[in-house]
Amino acid sequence: MKNNNVIQVEGLTKMFGDFTAVNAITFEVKKGEIFGFLGANGAGKTTAMKMLIGISNPTSGKANVAGFDVFTHAEDIKKSIGYMSQKFALYDDLTVKENITFFGGIYGLSRKRIKEKSAILIEELGLEKVANKLVGALPLGWKQKLSFSVSMIHDPKIVFLDEPTGGVDPITRRQFWEMIYKAANQGTTVFVTTHYMDEAEYCDRVSIMVNGKIEALDTPKQLKAKFEVDNMNDVFLKLARG
Amino acid sequence: MKTILYIIQKEFKQIFRNKGMLPIIFVLPILQLVILSNAATFEVKNIKFGYIDNDHTSTSRALVEKFNASTYFNVLTDFPSEALASAAMLKGEVDVLLEIPNYFERDLQNEKHNALGVTINAIDGAAAGVENVYVSQIVQRFNQNLKVDLMQVSDQQIQPVKIETIPLFWYNETLNYKTFMVPGILVLLVTMITLFLSGMNIVREKEIGTLEQINVTPIKKSQFIIGKLFPFWVIGMGLLTIGLILAKVIFNVPMIGSLPLMYLYTSIYIFVVLGIGLFISNFTETQQQAMFIAWFFTVIFILMSGLFTPIESMPKWAQTITEFNPIKYFVEVMRMVMLKGSNINDILPQLIKTALYAFIMNGLAVWSYRKTN
Repeated sequence: MKNNNVIQVEGLTKMFGDFTAVNAITFEVKKGEIFGFLGANGAGKTTAMKMLIGISNPTSGKANVAGFDVFTHAEDIKKSIGYMSQKFALYDDLTVKENITFFGGIYGLSRKRIKEKSAILIEELGLEKVANKLVGALPLGWKQKLSFSVSMIHDPKIVFLDEPTGGVDPITRRQFWEMIYKAANQGTTVFVTTHYMDEAEYCDRVSIMVNGKIEALDTPKQLKAKFEVDNMNDVFLKLARG
Repeated sequence: MKTILYIIQKEFKQIFRNKGMLPIIFVLPILQLVILSNAATFEVKNIKFGYIDNDHTSTSRALVEKFNASTYFNVLTDFPSEALASAAMLKGEVDVLLEIPNYFERDLQNEKHNALGVTINAIDGAAAGVENVYVSQIVQRFNQNLKVDLMQVSDQQIQPVKIETIPLFWYNETLNYKTFMVPGILVLLVTMITLFLSGMNIVREKEIGTLEQINVTPIKKSQFIIGKLFPFWVIGMGLLTIGLILAKVIFNVPMIGSLPLMYLYTSIYIFVVLGIGLFISNFTETQQQAMFIAWFFTVIFILMSGLFTPIESMPKWAQTITEFNPIKYFVEVMRMVMLKGSNINDILPQLIKTALYAFIMNGLAVWSYRKTN
């Protein structure tokens, strides 16, 4: 791709019966960017994200993710992306190592590579002591970090994070964002939704969805300038209240 | 292929780690086999028997004595009047009531037409039918003996030619109900456990959210389904093995036919059940829903399988429906191979139908599984 966009969306729409959950959104995300996807609860963020990761069929519009069309090549997209849902989705009844092995395995990594990867992941996350413990017994913050690492196990081009820091303490959130920065520095594009406006400040660019539409899209700095406020919280409040 | 192995490995780990599920999978079926095989019998025993003797002769007492001697009738009550007897039947104190008329002995000796009144509580129609047969047999045997006695007394030369039927019961010579029921109940257990486990499996991953995580991976639908099915297939075969051993050790049920043939058929049969289970799983959102639908089909399949009631006595339309009942074929094959020693040619129709069924159900299961909604 000439323009270096890894996600390109044009007029993407999702209807559930009469209800328009996502209303003709248009945006693009550049390679290596940390893209913040904000919006109030029910604004349509998760629905939009599900269309981009190929588990929900769009009603109309165009979308290209990692070079593949979401309408015709959803399965090809899945090889190049990672996804961490807002609901913890590793197996509670498997150990840390077993979860890593399982997801590495279904992404088609070789046994040797899985071994290397799990050693690196466990060391980076500082989970050596609990590597053979069931994931269900870990504190939420650890689970979330593990979940993020597992979603990155196959070195995807883009990683989609749906409210990754919900319910997590400030220290762990901090560490989480360090992980996100590290991934972005290594060239992974990060597409993240969040309700924490301080986290929005960390993003390269931010879009704000209101009632299924993207109402604003720019760098945090420019958004603040445009709305004449000094933090993202006020930008969000101005937009979401209409 | 490698992907499938990772799924199988994960499923086995989860199954054997689930301390609540393991006993359900292995201990409950064994208990059921032992208990149900003893309890599910068509024999009617301990019949509560009452009589009204209006004759009061040695002959009438001899007839009552015949019932007393039978192992099937155990409580004998002598009612002075019909009204009291009827009241007792209403209260459920009596199942079968025999009324011996006045002049019973005299009429019998004069070879007059003679009628005994038999009243049977027929709320349970099947039991009533069996009781009727028992009563008729006892009365007939009694009557014959009596006639022979009388003829000797009158010193007649010509002995009437007696035609007697001597029934020969093939394949289950002793009419042992356990021999008949154990293979059938084994079928039920293998079916129920594999159906419920597979029916609840994918839907469970839907509930805990891991299915979404699987759906964003590039895994192929068929890989996922095969990986999911295989562990339950192994469990089904394991249950069959345990069941066959118990049938031999506890119930001494003969295994006349070929064991490999039994395994061959079962291995195909389990795929039918697993296919149905996964199909249910794909169309439900919660484990409760899956459970209820699986239960709905199980009840119909069991009652229309010929296990408890013969298919031959069902109405035509119901017989047509049983053609779509996998349990029917399994019960047939199990009994044919175990008790009759049928070979592969004998069970070929069932084998082909089951294989076709397995193919269709699993095709539907893979087709209806959607990675993208």
